[in-house]
Amino acid sequence: MVQHVRVKRLGIALLLLVGSVLTIFPFLWMVSTSLKPAAEIYNLSLIPDAPTLANYGRLFKQAPYFQWFLNSFLVATGTTLSVAFLDSLVGYILAKVEFRGRNLVFFLILSSIMIPTEMLIIPWYVGSVKLGITDSYLGVAFPGLITAFGIFLMRQFMAGLPNDLLDAGRMDGLGEFGLFWRIALPNVRPALAALCIFTFLGNWNAFLWPVIVIDSPAMRTLPVGLALFSYDNFNQYELVMAGAAIAVIPVLIVFAIFQKQIIKGITLTGLK
Amino acid sequence: MQLKMRRTAALATSSALLLTLALAGCATKSDGAPKSGTPAGNEPVTIEYWQYFYESKKNLVDQLIKEFQDKNPGITVNHVTFPYEQYNEKVAAAVSAGKGPDVINLYYGWLPLYVDSGYLQALPESAFQPATIQKEFFPLVDAAKMDGKYYVVPTAVRTLAMLYNQDLFKAAGIAAPPKTWDELVDQSKKLTKRDGSGKLEQVGFYFNTGGQGHNWYREVLTRQVGVKPLSADQKKVQWGSDDALKAFQWWVDLQKVHKVGEIGFMTDDVTAFKAGKAAMDVDGSFRLGNLKDVPFNFASAELPVGPNGEKHTMASFWANGITKQAKGAKLDASIKFLQFLTQPDVMERWTNATGELPARPEVAQKFANDPKLKGFIDGLPYAHATFFVDEKKDRQALIDAVDSVLLKNTDYKAALQAAAKSVQADFDEYWSKRK
Amino acid sequence: MAVARSQPAPAPGKKPAMRGSTLFRARARWAWLMLSLPLLFFLVVRLLPTLYAMRMSFYDWKILAETHPWVGLANYVKLFKDPNFLQSLRNTFVYVLVGVPLQLALGLVVALAIQSVNRFQGLYRFLYFLPYVTSSIAVGWVWRWMLQEHGGLVNEVLHVFGIPAQKFLGSPTQAIYCIIMAIVWQGLGFSMVIFLAGLEAVPTSFYEAAALDGASAWARFRYITLPLINPTIVFSGIVGTIRYLQVFSEVYSMSSQGAGGPLGSTKTLVLFIYEEAFKSFKMGYASAATVVLFLIIMLLTLLQSRVITRRVEY
Repeated sequence: MVQHVRVKRLGIALLLLVGSVLTIFPFLWMVSTSLKPAAEIYNLSLIPDAPTLANYGRLFKQAPYFQWFLNSFLVATGTTLSVAFLDSLVGYILAKVEFRGRNLVFFLILSSIMIPTEMLIIPWYVGSVKLGITDSYLGVAFPGLITAFGIFLMRQFMAGLPNDLLDAGRMDGLGEFGLFWRIALPNVRPALAALCIFTFLGNWNAFLWPVIVIDSPAMRTLPVGLALFSYDNFNQYELVMAGAAIAVIPVLIVFAIFQKQIIKGITLTGLK
Repeated sequence: MQLKMRRTAALATSSALLLTLALAGCATKSDGAPKSGTPAGNEPVTIEYWQYFYESKKNLVDQLIKEFQDKNPGITVNHVTFPYEQYNEKVAAAVSAGKGPDVINLYYGWLPLYVDSGYLQALPESAFQPATIQKEFFPLVDAAKMDGKYYVVPTAVRTLAMLYNQDLFKAAGIAAPPKTWDELVDQSKKLTKRDGSGKLEQVGFYFNTGGQGHNWYREVLTRQVGVKPLSADQKKVQWGSDDALKAFQWWVDLQKVHKVGEIGFMTDDVTAFKAGKAAMDVDGSFRLGNLKDVPFNFASAELPVGPNGEKHTMASFWANGITKQAKGAKLDASIKFLQFLTQPDVMERWTNATGELPARPEVAQKFANDPKLKGFIDGLPYAHATFFVDEKKDRQALIDAVDSVLLKNTDYKAALQAAAKSVQADFDEYWSKRK
Repeated sequence: MAVARSQPAPAPGKKPAMRGSTLFRARARWAWLMLSLPLLFFLVVRLLPTLYAMRMSFYDWKILAETHPWVGLANYVKLFKDPNFLQSLRNTFVYVLVGVPLQLALGLVVALAIQSVNRFQGLYRFLYFLPYVTSSIAVGWVWRWMLQEHGGLVNEVLHVFGIPAQKFLGSPTQAIYCIIMAIVWQGLGFSMVIFLAGLEAVPTSFYEAAALDGASAWARFRYITLPLINPTIVFSGIVGTIRYLQVFSEVYSMSSQGAGGPLGSTKTLVLFIYEEAFKSFKMGYASAATVVLFLIIMLLTLLQSRVITRRVEY
């Protein structure tokens, strides 16, 4: 019996390994391209003949890469903090507090992701001009400060919390906010971690809106900066690849930090 | 619960629709009222200049602005650049917000759209004499004229020519690039390489539609079988006529019959040529900037001639115009800046920095012996700039026509006619609103 | 609201606060207070622009023009006669019908597999998440190279097995599935993380009890895991459908010139909207298409929240 389980586990592990090789292959190719000299990028081999860091050098020399990096980081961090708090709070209220009109509120919020961003950028821009926040961090970040996606996610997970847990908290004298902050939130940590990862990533890679609202070179975020290398039916792919390869690093760090929270969730829920 | 949700949704939807209709009913005109112009005077003035980001252009313009500001104290030029692909989005957002540039760099093919809507001002004749422009610039610049007035004036222009890889030509024992359609076919066959399984390893001629292929067909190949692509009044599409069919068929047969090139080989023509895997490519002079460090020798040649023996090429340009934003002192400053950008010595520096061709013959002559520029410069006197109603749709129509012959075996004539018909519909709509 | 029903219902009479009680009213007041700012945000940032788009759809709204004449329903009439629109509508449904089930199933399988191995869990999570992090411009280019007809990696592999070279992105029948594959490849990491979070929320005591009863692995999955992660499945299904209905950037970076070709076979509704709005500047026409998309999404969301949850309704 134990033998049987062990063989099965090994089989699954093997399949996972094969799957992951297929999964990361295009990514490896991207990194490999970024290490190739311009003349060699059309060579289809995965391992560069003459690997070089020259593309990275050009990127740092030709472009204010650090500035782009910093701008993206500030915007992504700010929106993630805002979303983590506000989306959780709204999600909690929609899942655990009963009040008249709750369904309508949820439906209105949900309906806001039903229109593509492409059609929102012009009204956003007109509004930003009126408020004088174009070309600023606030201007870049504001559309993402609260998200329907996150509210929906947190609502789904909060709904799964046993009401007894909250009742117990109330007995202990916790107020409404205390119930959310001390009981509900710690118990949905896996979902909160996932939300943080997605929010950071989404804002880190955001392009459609930042490119409209940013005018000055000093405000450019990473995706906007990298887009400068593509023009007129031609892309400087080796630079795009190098830029994209570095851009992945902070997101992976964020992922590495938060994915531990997903595991910690086990012990927490396991205690119940 | 279920029912309640449905009722809630229905309520929300219907109230949203009602609100929309109410909003729609009360406003028919939403553009902000035009702002009153600033009084002209000597007080400092700031104007905004927009162009898409192209490294060498951006650096040169930064330098030029510095010189311009030194010569014109009191005028500050704010230079804004953005990614090429997002050009239209930036303009759309800026226009909607009543913000944006005073001087804008735009593709000449978009002029009808910009002029008809009143977004561009006609250039004042006092500063830009039509007769002088006519005399001092290449005739193709006339495409910047609408209803007899100039709306933009270019610093540089581009033409199509044949880029060819001299090393590959030498290896195949071919002395000179093709002078005629037939030579193009023969040489391409010699220069095309496949492995045993039929896998294409090198194309003799890069057959494409999306890059410059559609321009080559529309403006060059049709003329070389004696068809003018558009009627003289620019109302009728003629590149889809029966007479043009043999040009279309010859063009498509490069891939379909002769198999000397293939759409999508190594993703696009620029990439394949740069990798040394395409011996010939019809492309624009703007490409030279990207071919600076290639590890092989190449040159440009005039496009080959067809059955009627006539030389033609297609010209295009990005040009600078003044928007309706600029009034009073800003308008004066914008005019000065525009004049500065079109001076002969600026043109010369422009060509040196970007590879784009000077818009004035006197400057162009200075570059006539550069082997990389020669094919493009030689074409300037006989180059035509196409009139577009909707540049993107015109291009897509021809791309689809060729794809349907190649991928769906559609009859040449049917495919070409379908393309011309859809473009004609856009033309009809455009002209019906312009009476 | 039926979307999140999965927990056993509280026993009658044990509800935390009865309607009309002081506590109920106090909590409601608190809820509205906390919601006021977020709601204002959604109203201003999302819903008003949506209404604005709905309004534009009744006008001949060209961005650059100074006047925007009222045309009633003309944009809608034109839309349903426009072969380009109808084609992108059909394509969009292919993206949803093929992409969503594929991504959800693969995401769940990977999450379950990772949970069941006892070593290198962190590494697997990391590897499967990697594609999701990568910029889609860069990835689009890599896929275009791997799917080249001549000398592309995939065709080289097929060649080893004696299969002739395929056109892939150059073929009007294959291209859309190639792009779906690339989107699923990227979205897999997203679904995996969501499902992992959902699986972690299932108390292990449930499994222990089932194991004592001698339930098979399949039975445990079918009768414990599946019902308990239902909120996660509903969430993934709805969010996934909305995502696939709004596919844009992958098509833009993987089709030649971003035009959704060959022969329009990969063009999506959002790409159609984008082209009309920002290439042709026909905002009114693009808005009409947006409204159609909006209605489709709303309809499917309502439908899904009904169908998927029916199984665990009580």
